[in-house]
Amino acid sequence: MALIPKELAQRVNRATRHVPAWPIYLIGAAWAGWLFWLGLTGGLGPEPINALERRYGEVALQLLVAGLVVTPLRTLTGFSLLKYRRALGLTAFFYVLAHFLVWALLDLSSASAIGREIVRRPYITIGFAGFLLLIPLAITSNAASIRRLGAAGWRKLHKLTYPAALLGALHYIWLVKGYPLEPFLYAVAIVGLLALRTRWTRLRTATA
Amino acid sequence: MTRRWTNDLTRDDVTPKGVWLNRRAVLAGLGAAGLATGLPASQAQAQALEPNTLEQITSYNNFYEFGWNKDDPAAHAGDMVISPWSITVDGLVDRPGSYSLAELLEGLSVEERIYRFRCVEAWSMVVPWNGVGLGDVLAKVGVQSGARFVAFETTVQPDVMPGVRNRIIPFPYVEGLRLDEAQHPLTMLATGIYGEPMPKQNGAPIRLVVPWKYGFKSIKSIVRITLTDSEPPTTWKRLNGREYGFYANVNPEVDHPRWSQGSERQIGGGLFARRQPTLMFNGYEEQVASLYEGMDLSVNY
Repeated sequence: MALIPKELAQRVNRATRHVPAWPIYLIGAAWAGWLFWLGLTGGLGPEPINALERRYGEVALQLLVAGLVVTPLRTLTGFSLLKYRRALGLTAFFYVLAHFLVWALLDLSSASAIGREIVRRPYITIGFAGFLLLIPLAITSNAASIRRLGAAGWRKLHKLTYPAALLGALHYIWLVKGYPLEPFLYAVAIVGLLALRTRWTRLRTATA
Repeated sequence: MTRRWTNDLTRDDVTPKGVWLNRRAVLAGLGAAGLATGLPASQAQAQALEPNTLEQITSYNNFYEFGWNKDDPAAHAGDMVISPWSITVDGLVDRPGSYSLAELLEGLSVEERIYRFRCVEAWSMVVPWNGVGLGDVLAKVGVQSGARFVAFETTVQPDVMPGVRNRIIPFPYVEGLRLDEAQHPLTMLATGIYGEPMPKQNGAPIRLVVPWKYGFKSIKSIVRITLTDSEPPTTWKRLNGREYGFYANVNPEVDHPRWSQGSERQIGGGLFARRQPTLMFNGYEEQVASLYEGMDLSVNY
């Protein structure tokens, strides 16, 4: 199965053992702040609200994709980035939250409009549903929750990442005018990564 | 058409470009209204709108020949060839032919008009256009009695248009108006903004401006004008007729199938800009509502 010599994979894995995951949170927060600063100071163009909304949403999708890459990457190459997955997932959640807050507070800035739009606009309904699915995952992204839920239960719960990522990709395709490439790239990446998983699961169960 | 266009934007709407320019815009409006002295009542009642800067108007554009993104036109339109420029006028006209820009505008006075501009994506601007009434141009070429629609076509220059090369939508971009819409005094062919030649990303050298319709109707960089007896195809209707109709009148009551058209955000307000309510026919209801009397606007969207 492995596409990379085992020794090389092990060497890389040994090297990353000393690279901590916490900088992901730091870089994520700094980047979000930087984008906000750009929006404040004209760096995102003359319509910064829409631009900021879009940028936060895209980073969220990128991080969700990165989180979904971890397992297939290990299966295919032996490189293990497992220790970074929680940071990737949580940072993705914070970007989804930021994306939602920009939409709710800056774009609509009206409580009644928020509820109405979530109910009335299917692309917002599914985006919001994806956001809701991520909340229990964010809350249980800690060692104590894994102990409380048990490894199997926790893993089962965190499979909610899959529908959440799919909803996010669909949300993006559904909202754009015309047919720009980017939303479809995210969808292809997410569907492809999920398809890889189901294949391996089937292979594993078949050979077990 | 019994009435000429009157400017309902005030002196306060004047552009940061300078007081003289502002004053000229108001005077042009007065001239168009046929008023020699004093401010008309409609101006006194006008809402204080914040006009957009040239920088904003030229950096946030949809011009799909240059790509999907709002900054693509500013980044890529620089190489578009706009000189020499000729416009083919054909179909049901008395004097068909290939007209240079100068020939088409000869004898017509270029006016400055401050119009609201509302995109179907729910953002808006206020733009001080320079141009001529489309009706005057049509009168020059002679509209034949059988004509009922006007079709327009944008230039196609694959070498300098990445969106055309990548065939992101079918080009040339085409648009159309009913003849009475085209002859309405508000409808103009614009050749400039802020008294300067039309910037390329805004549709140089000549474009349509129909201020009561969503922006995609206001086709850019026109190379062909055809008078027809039947409704011409229009690019967005062809791409997605459920979402974009032939009429595309600004209407806060008729939502886009995916998003609300009840409000809009004016470009340039920064990160804390609030939405403002969208006005029926983009604020030109008084002037154009009669064109659609008896029509169901939720069907003819």
